[in-house]
Amino acid sequence: MTSPLQQKLKVTGPVVITANRLGDGAVVYRSADGRWTKDLTAAAVVTTAPAAMELLTAALADRLAAVDAYVAPVELTPQQQVLPGNLREQIRFNGPTVAPPGEG
Amino acid sequence: MPLVKEGHLVEDRFVRVLDDAPVPEGVSVILPAARLLADARELVMRQAPTGVIWPNDRKVAELVPYLDWLALVALVFPNFRDGRAYSQARLLRERYHFRGELRATGQVLRDQLLFLQRGGFDAFEVTKDADAAAFAEAVGRYSVFYQPTGDGRASTLTARRARGPSMTFKGRREYLADSRSR
Amino acid sequence: MYIYDDFDRTLLDERVRDFRDQVARRLSGELTEEEFKPLRLMNGVYLQLHAYMLRIAIPYGTLSSEQMRMLAHVARRYDRGYGHFTTRQNIQFNWIKLEELPDAMADLARAGLHGMQTSGNCVRNVTTDQWAGVAPDEIEDPRIWAELLRQHLTLHPEFSFLPRKFKIALTASAHDRAAVKVHDIGLRMHCNGAGETGFEIIVGGGLGRTPFIGKTIKPFLPKRDLLSYVEAIMRTYNQYGRRDNIYKARMKILVHDLGAEKFAHEVEEEWLSIKDGALALDPAVVADIAARFRYPEYEVLDDNPPELARAREDERFRGWLDNSVTNHKRAGYAIVTLSLKPEGGPPGDATAAQMEAIAALANRYSYGEIRVGHEQNLALPHVAQRDLPALWRALDDIGVATPNVNLVSDIIACPGLDYCSLANARSIPVAQEITRRFRDLDLARNLGRLHINISGCINACGHHHIGHIGILGVEKNGEEYYQVTIGGRADENAELGTILGPAVPYGEIADVVEDVAAAYLELRARPDELFIDTVKRVGVEPFKERVYAAR
Repeated sequence: MTSPLQQKLKVTGPVVITANRLGDGAVVYRSADGRWTKDLTAAAVVTTAPAAMELLTAALADRLAAVDAYVAPVELTPQQQVLPGNLREQIRFNGPTVAPPGEG
Repeated sequence: MPLVKEGHLVEDRFVRVLDDAPVPEGVSVILPAARLLADARELVMRQAPTGVIWPNDRKVAELVPYLDWLALVALVFPNFRDGRAYSQARLLRERYHFRGELRATGQVLRDQLLFLQRGGFDAFEVTKDADAAAFAEAVGRYSVFYQPTGDGRASTLTARRARGPSMTFKGRREYLADSRSR
Repeated sequence: MYIYDDFDRTLLDERVRDFRDQVARRLSGELTEEEFKPLRLMNGVYLQLHAYMLRIAIPYGTLSSEQMRMLAHVARRYDRGYGHFTTRQNIQFNWIKLEELPDAMADLARAGLHGMQTSGNCVRNVTTDQWAGVAPDEIEDPRIWAELLRQHLTLHPEFSFLPRKFKIALTASAHDRAAVKVHDIGLRMHCNGAGETGFEIIVGGGLGRTPFIGKTIKPFLPKRDLLSYVEAIMRTYNQYGRRDNIYKARMKILVHDLGAEKFAHEVEEEWLSIKDGALALDPAVVADIAARFRYPEYEVLDDNPPELARAREDERFRGWLDNSVTNHKRAGYAIVTLSLKPEGGPPGDATAAQMEAIAALANRYSYGEIRVGHEQNLALPHVAQRDLPALWRALDDIGVATPNVNLVSDIIACPGLDYCSLANARSIPVAQEITRRFRDLDLARNLGRLHINISGCINACGHHHIGHIGILGVEKNGEEYYQVTIGGRADENAELGTILGPAVPYGEIADVVEDVAAAYLELRARPDELFIDTVKRVGVEPFKERVYAAR
């Protein structure tokens, strides 16, 4: 698989950098101060390819904390609330759309 | 690049000769494949040991005419996930009875060392110093091997035969009787 | 089932210690993710959307009660209280933490369970028919041979870094319940003209991006030669399989590119050099493995005992009996399938509580043994017919007695976009909706045997190519769409399905399935003409017309 750094970054809207935490696999987002957070509202949101590339490069270099970082779209509400930008990111953020067995 | 032989770090007495460079006298050399094949007639006369580095996408059967005088064959792992040289190694040792140094080169990491040794490699250009230092520990990790290879370790096939049946004869009779019932 | 000896147990312990060290080196940064990934895959550890996923092997689909209880323990202690049984007779846990994995694996090892080679570019779980050892139409128990192969190919020093994953399946019945024709190596045990039992060797089958039905390269291989011949195939693949493009690296591509005849020739040449060497199986070696297969001490019983005859008067019991219970090779016994496809439920999942209850029931009614099928259902293989009524009540209580086995609501589905990082679309909610549409048992029975397979992406883990109705989730402009095929089958007449028409959006896929079912009812020649036979007879066009008329 080509590394995200080699893929040509196409940024057409607001994006964040997301990954999975090494120790437990939890979904995390890159914050502006160079840390990883589970809180999407605390993620650094950028809107240009160079800015995304910069964040991504730093994220990928931080290999002890999080794995397989990539650029993910987000949606900004009129109130500037940050929401996941597609179904896959919604599922990563909110969990599966289906209840586990026995809880349906 | 640390070289491990017989379980510890050693000096590499072999010198790599690049494609068209002259082959130095009295020095152990490792030549590229094309060079060996082109100059075999002269090389066999050399006093010093001669080795070859053989690519992993070429049949080792081509080396058969030279195996009785080659001192070393180096095989290649372009990345550690490319496992073609494991087959090449086993063929060289077990099919063609190569007795010289069989060296693993390329990306050679700790978690491949035991597999490599089992395959017949006896020299390892280990990529990381820490892995070279941990060689003995890495190859001592397992004591049970399901498959026989040319490395001399007993496999479970032979070990179980030597031990004798582990279950009572009744167990076996049950199995046979059952497969005939109804 | 196979009982581990000291060698097997020791290897497992050594593997756990090895993995513990590998995890420690990853967490400390000594190993990069790139170096660690193949190592964790070789222990069945994936990184998925939400967390790590652990895939545990259930060799040839056979589990003891004790092992089932251990799976329940892992679900409770390390996960979120449930597990998912897969199309290759494995189980998956979706919420595992890497930090806790060595402990989870140590626990599993105590019960003889592991995740060795359930992922990665090595040989995966060798699967077979979930009725192996008890099916009436079987010529002998294929699991002995599956175990021989499993051992030979576990931590094999030459074949642990293959071009791509490698899957082997065996069958020993005329009716192939193991889908051997869509595996890298399929082995069909059969008798030759001279009264000997041996293997037909079928290679290069597989699903995924480029599906192929396997080709026979050796009609009859004596048992003695099984390991050496498989070794020759593996060595040929290891050397000549493509390494430059992961989408062209499976053995099916090599077989297709070389042609079956040339491939067979390469294998044969290699095999001739090794067939009489250390891998020639002598009967003592086979007997040693066979001796550790424990079989029940069956009682001498009659078919259709009075308890059973009386219970048949209960309509619900009768419905379950006719659907979920099959003939056993032994008089007075039966094979019971436990449906993990309740209405509205995620297909193939079981809670820890269910696992524990099933373990207890297996102890009581099935000599402590459970089977996992690649239809993602379980089975109890050694049930006395007189115990069926009591067993049924207990199964019903825990929700695994839905009488829909092999019917339209017995859906096979991959986890899909709800869990899997490779997926393009969700599969579980599609399956759930379909089970709701077909909740009426009379309708389901009327439709008869009808396999629906759903995959959330082209990797086809739901085996949609060989579904009677196959559903493939794709992404179109950020939306989930589903492509439908019909006419696939997985058995000895294996065939890939044909595309029905343009993909439809998420909101319409259940409607399409209802329309396909309605079309079948209209087109079938007789009530007992199966869906798959109607498709064969009339072709895809009449279905396409009816389903897409209004779309």
